[in-house]
Amino acid sequence: MNTFVFEDFKLGRLGRFGPRRVTREEILAFAAEFDPQPMHLDEEAASRSMLKGLSGSGWHLCSIIMRMMFDGFIGRTASLGSPGVNELRWLAPLRPGDEVVLDVDVTETRVSRSRPGTGIVMFKAVASNAAGHALCEMESPIIVQRRDQATAER
Amino acid sequence: MFFFEDITIGQRREVGSFTFTAEAIKKFAAQFDPQRFHLDEEEGRKSLFGGLAASGWHVGSACMKLLVVDGQRLAREAAARGEKVAAWGPSPGFRDLRWIAPVLAGDTIKFATEVVSLRASSSRPEWGVLEARNTGTNQRGEPVFSVLATAFLYRGETAAAEEVLEPRPR
Repeated sequence: MNTFVFEDFKLGRLGRFGPRRVTREEILAFAAEFDPQPMHLDEEAASRSMLKGLSGSGWHLCSIIMRMMFDGFIGRTASLGSPGVNELRWLAPLRPGDEVVLDVDVTETRVSRSRPGTGIVMFKAVASNAAGHALCEMESPIIVQRRDQATAER
Repeated sequence: MFFFEDITIGQRREVGSFTFTAEAIKKFAAQFDPQRFHLDEEEGRKSLFGGLAASGWHVGSACMKLLVVDGQRLAREAAARGEKVAAWGPSPGFRDLRWIAPVLAGDTIKFATEVVSLRASSSRPEWGVLEARNTGTNQRGEPVFSVLATAFLYRGETAAAEEVLEPRPR
């Protein structure tokens, strides 16, 4: 399988990935380990929270989005990692049983000034549930090898 | 515990530290971020990170864990003193998250949170909107993580009052 390099990323729609079903057990396990707030762990407390029912941790959803991006394209990309996230919005709660789909667009590409063998690809990703409600959107860059660089090292 | 009225800009709190073992790094990565430099020591050494590196989402999740656990500890202590306990709501998101330096196997990261801004919610006046800069620093004092996070904080005196609130419009 070909590895995607910087030059392969064009502005506009990259693809739709998923669906990825998220189970109640996964939600509870992640929350117990990383975000033990009652709204993520306890049905009764969650029903009284602002989110009106058990919901997954926002960081769990972020991590699921990461995995969907990996399975969708990053796993086949000469990725060198990411310096951060410009902005991330949690728009609606992740619920047990949700089938998450991820729409990814490339919003910017540029060659790195500090490492000319690499480029920066900016992604906008929107995770939605089966009803089409957006749950989370984020904009984040990743660092990708340029073609000549990738060839030289492989 | 921090009530809306008690919070001041610049208030800073250390929330604890988290050691990223090789085992924990690989376990998180296998589930959520199986890029080679998060799964294998040798691949990590060959990467920009220079060693087996934790997924950035692992670092963010560990920060969340400490914020929650430390907040719950403060709430328990306040309750034990007979004080009312503030209620936290969900977070609408964050901005300017930076993975400043790699978190490598064996690193211990100290996390802290500092209040940046505070205002009443325009859509829900019973709630305040708090913005905080959460940071992580490694055992050598080098900053590795930073995020400008937002959260809802109830302005009233009882956690139970959140029951009357409507969910956010979508």
